[in-house]
Amino acid sequence: MEDFAELERIAKEIRKDVLIMLNKAKSGHSGGSLSVVDVLVALYFGGIMNYDPKNPAWEDRDRLVLSKGHACPTLYATLAKAGFFERDLLWTLRKLGSPLQGHPDAKKLPGIDASTGSLGNGITQAVGMALAARVLKKRYKVFCIMGDGELQEGITWEAFMAASHYKLSNLIVIVDFNGLQIDGRVMDIMNISPLKEKFEAFGFRTYEIGGHVYKNLIDTLTTAKRNVVSPTAVIARTVKGYGVSFMANRVEYHGVPPTDQELERALKELDNGV
Amino acid sequence: MEFKATREAYGKALVELGKIDNRVVVLDADLSGSTKSKEFQKQFPNRFFNMGIAEANMAGVAAGMALSGLKPYASSFAVFITGRAFEIVRQSICYQNLHVVLCGSHSGISVGEDGGSHQAIADISLMRSLPNMKVIVPADYNETYLAVLESINMEGPVYIRTSRAKSPVFIRKDRFELGKADILKEGKGVTVVACGMMVNLALEAAKLLEEEGIDAEVINASSVKPIDRDTIVKSAKKTGGVVTVEEHTIIGGLGSAVSEVLTDEYPVRALKIGIEDVFGESGSKDDLFCKFGFTKEAIAKRIKEFVNG
Repeated sequence: MEDFAELERIAKEIRKDVLIMLNKAKSGHSGGSLSVVDVLVALYFGGIMNYDPKNPAWEDRDRLVLSKGHACPTLYATLAKAGFFERDLLWTLRKLGSPLQGHPDAKKLPGIDASTGSLGNGITQAVGMALAARVLKKRYKVFCIMGDGELQEGITWEAFMAASHYKLSNLIVIVDFNGLQIDGRVMDIMNISPLKEKFEAFGFRTYEIGGHVYKNLIDTLTTAKRNVVSPTAVIARTVKGYGVSFMANRVEYHGVPPTDQELERALKELDNGV
Repeated sequence: MEFKATREAYGKALVELGKIDNRVVVLDADLSGSTKSKEFQKQFPNRFFNMGIAEANMAGVAAGMALSGLKPYASSFAVFITGRAFEIVRQSICYQNLHVVLCGSHSGISVGEDGGSHQAIADISLMRSLPNMKVIVPADYNETYLAVLESINMEGPVYIRTSRAKSPVFIRKDRFELGKADILKEGKGVTVVACGMMVNLALEAAKLLEEEGIDAEVINASSVKPIDRDTIVKSAKKTGGVVTVEEHTIIGGLGSAVSEVLTDEYPVRALKIGIEDVFGESGSKDDLFCKFGFTKEAIAKRIKEFVNG
């Protein structure tokens, strides 16, 4: 798939949907949702993941675990675009009775492979899914998207150790490395560097790429799928709030939605390609 | 009487389950020799996964396996699998109502010499408080074996509590039924509800009480959650007083579960015998049981005071 313009077009629509969702919900996480858009678009629309929106429980499907569950508006918008459910459902985000919970709930929404939200829980489940493939003799891949701040949770390293110990080459961890967490810069709050070296020391084949560059994402993820010797880590360098000038790289937008005026401005920017 | 540890039944039943269902997988966190999950490993090495000393990750891995169609059994000491891993058990297992069976061995003060750091005294409270979680505290080796066999047919998460120490084997029944308490001795004077190793002690205490003219009804409430409300309420209506006995803190465990039922349906006088909001300590199991009041004499004395009080 070389048509990156098409992926960029889809990404723009998803960014707009995410902003509208968050604005309607009047709460949620703008910054980390926007930083992970291109990773998810590459996975679902770049020919990386095998899935069937008409059969979300298909046993041989590739799995997606959004370990940084707070970025779920982007996953919801991606799943809607991929045909798992109607787009109209997006506007019920965080409302009573909606399957679009504040953090992903696999029991409520088709297409969600694991309930996540409490940081560190997703990667442990992803390791379990990857290990299960071995017992069940399945060839599916497990993609796990993590936040960089999330890596401060000690359990993530327990999970990486296990993934490496069991040589889970069907596990591909993607770190949405936007450098910010709620209280400030990751490097100031609790530094996780040097990250590439840490992953390598834990036995992962590790790549560090631009997380908003489709050629990088597609090439790296395609290569990662062919790895048969070890788990893979892709450190995707991203910008929190990417695509909206006044949100980009601003920690204040970690956990707040756009106001009506901000939404209007943001949608205009996205349409005009600012 | 024969003496066997309930943890031995866990290992034996796992092997049976491994034979009847190839989706059964077993995980342990470097304590497989102690929890007895090693028995499964010997028979089915490709379906056994040692997760190292990382109980929280083990719980999450078990969740991921259950999501993928496997039937995971994960074990460690009770203090670790319900304590260290609590948050993962909540978020990844219970929140998704996944069929994962957790076995906490070395529960209570009967762990003995390892001391208070390793003696789980609040594991029942912790697991009981989680939505979807079932809590089973079998009374002996036989019942543990039956409960573990039956657990494969249960829905959602299950916590099974086993013990390190050998204890009398005395339960005679064909199958374990979740949510069902067994009346082991009928009586009219006072109801005694117990679980785990305390069931046999309660029966022995009832014999002592008989000599003093107190006719105790002894109930084995191994299914702590869901608890058998009908059996407990019916007995309370008959006797007018209920005593609970558990090798666990009196805050949130079996005593609390029974009190909740009585408060809702038929308030009567009640007494909770258990660990009085303190930690355990090192010592032999027998010395600790003496100190903490888990002897037939001490239990009989407290029941007598309750009845006469």
